[in-house]
Amino acid sequence: MSQAVALKINGVERQVLAGATQTLLEVLRDQLGLTGSKRGCNQGVCGACTVMVDGRPVRGCLSLAANCEGSEITTVEGLAPAGKLTPVQQALIDSGAVQCGFCTSGMVISAHWLLQRNEKPDSDEIRRTLSGNLCRCSGYRKIVEAVASAVEGGKA
Amino acid sequence: MSLAEETWKGEVGRSVPRLEIREKVTGRATYIADLTRPGMLFGAILQSPLPHARIKGYDVSAALALPGVHAVLTGADIGAAKGGPFIKDEWVLAKDKVRYVGEPVALVAAEDEKTARRATRLIEVDYEELPAALSPEEALAEDAALIHEDNAENVRIFPTKVEGNVAWRTAFQEGDVDAAWNDCDVIVEGTYETQAQAHVALEPCGALAEVDAAGRVTLWSSNQSVFRTQSNVCELLGLPMAKLRCLTPRVGGGFGNKMEIHVQAMCVALTIATDRPVKMILTREEDFEIVRHRHPYKIRAKTGAKQDGTLVAREVEVLVDCGAYGDDSPGVLGFSLLMARGPYRIPHSRSKGTLVYTNKLRFGAFRGFGNPQVSFATEIQLDEIAEELGMDPFDLRLKNATRKGDKWVGGGEVSSDAFVTVLEETRKACDWDNRGKRVPSGPGKKRGLGLACSSHISGVLSTGAIVRLLEDGSVVLNTGCVDIGQGSDTVLTQICAEALKVPLASVSVASPDTDGSPYNWGTTASRVTYMAGRAVVAASGKVEAEIKRHAADIFECAEVDLELRPGGKVGIAGVPDKELSFHDISMRAHWAVGGPIVGAETLIYDRPTVDPKRTIAEGVPFPQIGVFNFAATVCDIEVDEASGKIEVLEAWDACDVGRAINPGSVEGQIEGGFVQGLGFALVEEVVFDGARVANPSLMDYKIPTMLDVPYKLHAIIVEEAEPDGPFGAKGIGEIPICAVAPAIANGLAAATGLRLRQLPLKPERVLDGLLTREDDDAD
Repeated sequence: MSQAVALKINGVERQVLAGATQTLLEVLRDQLGLTGSKRGCNQGVCGACTVMVDGRPVRGCLSLAANCEGSEITTVEGLAPAGKLTPVQQALIDSGAVQCGFCTSGMVISAHWLLQRNEKPDSDEIRRTLSGNLCRCSGYRKIVEAVASAVEGGKA
Repeated sequence: MSLAEETWKGEVGRSVPRLEIREKVTGRATYIADLTRPGMLFGAILQSPLPHARIKGYDVSAALALPGVHAVLTGADIGAAKGGPFIKDEWVLAKDKVRYVGEPVALVAAEDEKTARRATRLIEVDYEELPAALSPEEALAEDAALIHEDNAENVRIFPTKVEGNVAWRTAFQEGDVDAAWNDCDVIVEGTYETQAQAHVALEPCGALAEVDAAGRVTLWSSNQSVFRTQSNVCELLGLPMAKLRCLTPRVGGGFGNKMEIHVQAMCVALTIATDRPVKMILTREEDFEIVRHRHPYKIRAKTGAKQDGTLVAREVEVLVDCGAYGDDSPGVLGFSLLMARGPYRIPHSRSKGTLVYTNKLRFGAFRGFGNPQVSFATEIQLDEIAEELGMDPFDLRLKNATRKGDKWVGGGEVSSDAFVTVLEETRKACDWDNRGKRVPSGPGKKRGLGLACSSHISGVLSTGAIVRLLEDGSVVLNTGCVDIGQGSDTVLTQICAEALKVPLASVSVASPDTDGSPYNWGTTASRVTYMAGRAVVAASGKVEAEIKRHAADIFECAEVDLELRPGGKVGIAGVPDKELSFHDISMRAHWAVGGPIVGAETLIYDRPTVDPKRTIAEGVPFPQIGVFNFAATVCDIEVDEASGKIEVLEAWDACDVGRAINPGSVEGQIEGGFVQGLGFALVEEVVFDGARVANPSLMDYKIPTMLDVPYKLHAIIVEEAEPDGPFGAKGIGEIPICAVAPAIANGLAAATGLRLRQLPLKPERVLDGLLTREDDDAD
């Protein structure tokens, strides 16, 4: 049984049909063509599907779409709608912190949320906040440094 | 001198960001799971529940009857021939027998993923269970069931001696090892064990295939080589290679798991059967159960030295679990034995190994290719010798380090003194000689520094490059190399831009396509920068020669008097105003004289692995291997005596890269390799519960998170040019992982005196070791 669900996605009102077991990630990727959020484990561990729901980062693969009725959802595609990158996105570029890119969308959302909540997180807080986003390529150092430099150069 | 020349700093040696980085940070990068085609179906796999069984029959009627199902295929329906890179022993789907839990047995194509997966559960397979062999020892037992009854008849691409469940044997021997032990003042001997490690590329494996009206198939997949994909699929399905075009979207990481095929042949079989596009994306669990892992090794090693620290003799014997199919295992076995002497001058050495089929998922290529396993044994023994002789671990290694002009096992030449430089720079960077000043952070903790080294190769097999000058003077570079996230598109573009003295933005890189790209064996063996880079330099040189031929014609001068000038210009040396743009030249070539300018080059690594006058070798699976590079890793570790948990507080990983084309990318490789090695050393292990993988999920198989890596991780780049490398460069992909585990094990020994010879160094193993030792002391 599918039901109609109203969502505000990246600032645009959308109506989707979601089955009872359908995840937010499936709706975003398969129905709305927002493929920036990735399915890495479908178990809530890797963080590649991280999106913001009503201002908080959640795992798209663990969130039922039907439970998101009326929610405001921001995906990686919604962070730089007019091509103007966020400080985190720009810092990841400048630091050369991206390799394969599969974890990057989730990493960008988590880091973006962190900087919205705390303009001056220290290295420990960056590590704690992003520890739920796995990366297998980089060894993480450049990602931590990129987010730290976004703190320096962007908002602060 | 023009302004452009004054500001030209070259493109090689600059840490430019990835060419595709903007699409990655904005979520626009397209990976295999993001692709769709009109009318696309979804494919799913039925896996074997048994490790070893005869297939007596199938009943697919219920699956076929499910609404939305378009096709059900079994091993009885498809499979033209057995394939495999070294041993032709594997069908596209299990045929007659299953040989591991999780093996693909049947396929379904349906309107959507859920229907396809549901239909697989409606397929009935009638099995007759057979006894299983779950370890090399079990498989070598006299009464062991044969995993491949036709083992000896299966085609092998290089000769080796096999029987029973033995899949391959390799041996190298130099000097007179048996006699040399008498010349040694100190001999250490031990057995070492390493575990199965999972690649865990963040992107699970997948493919999308589409057949056209003429029966030609286009195949997109997550892969490390469109050409290996093409040849693997065609071999298994009996397709002419010209009937299969292979492409690649962005690849979400590949550490060897995507070099040979995974689901591509199955996906092509389904598209041919249904005449519809079919996509298959593995779940994380399937990715753990169907693809491949790093080989578990059992190693016996013996090393002997003189009182002054001169290494005299070394012997290594390995027993390697192949899993159920050959895959890249013979290559891994052979390479690990070639590297088993270590980067040291040891006149008498012998290494031999046996690869044994078992009823487990195939083991295969994984970053390091057998080198992390043997380096674990080598580098622990080096420290044990140093300890017995009362020598500093750095001094022992420096005394025996291979140097320029030395020969590798087999006779390959060492082309620089980079190993000495690597050791000296690491020693300085970590302030080794004052390491006693590093004290534990509190009571109940012990701290120590551990050193380990490694060497690796770049090279292997063939590759090519095509450089085309477009009408406006911009350039398209086409190499067929798949960028798996490590950055080769950017690095090869930098090499091309440097060779032609044009800005990076003037060069575009073509996506790999078996229809249009020159052959490239693969993104593997740390080879793309070195091998494809050489082809790019040579192909660019041909473009340069053509440009100069045109300019000489126009200026009525000799070609040798011409020079390329920064910014896409050619002019007469010493005459600033005698200058033409690439645009001018290329328009002339396209529209008037000579035809469009295209530079193409193909090459193969052609220096032999083994000089038979020097080395007795058997079962060598790679006639020509590559050039050598070197690394040293130091880990400052702290162990909690109450829990046994090891923390790496700081680490230095120094690697010889010949020349860093993109230093930022090289750092990324070193750091990423180090952290993957950290996981291998401390936590990662594919656990088998009987025949079944017990932890096929990221919930149960842990990889390092941001909280598990050292705050201070120093990537040290050592540059001593490789004579025939592109601008002196060699590969970097694999070497950073190779010495991490022994460096940590040596750090543990320095901190506590506890010598562990089995990986991973998980808390319970360390604690058990510490407690057992206390018990022994009490006795």
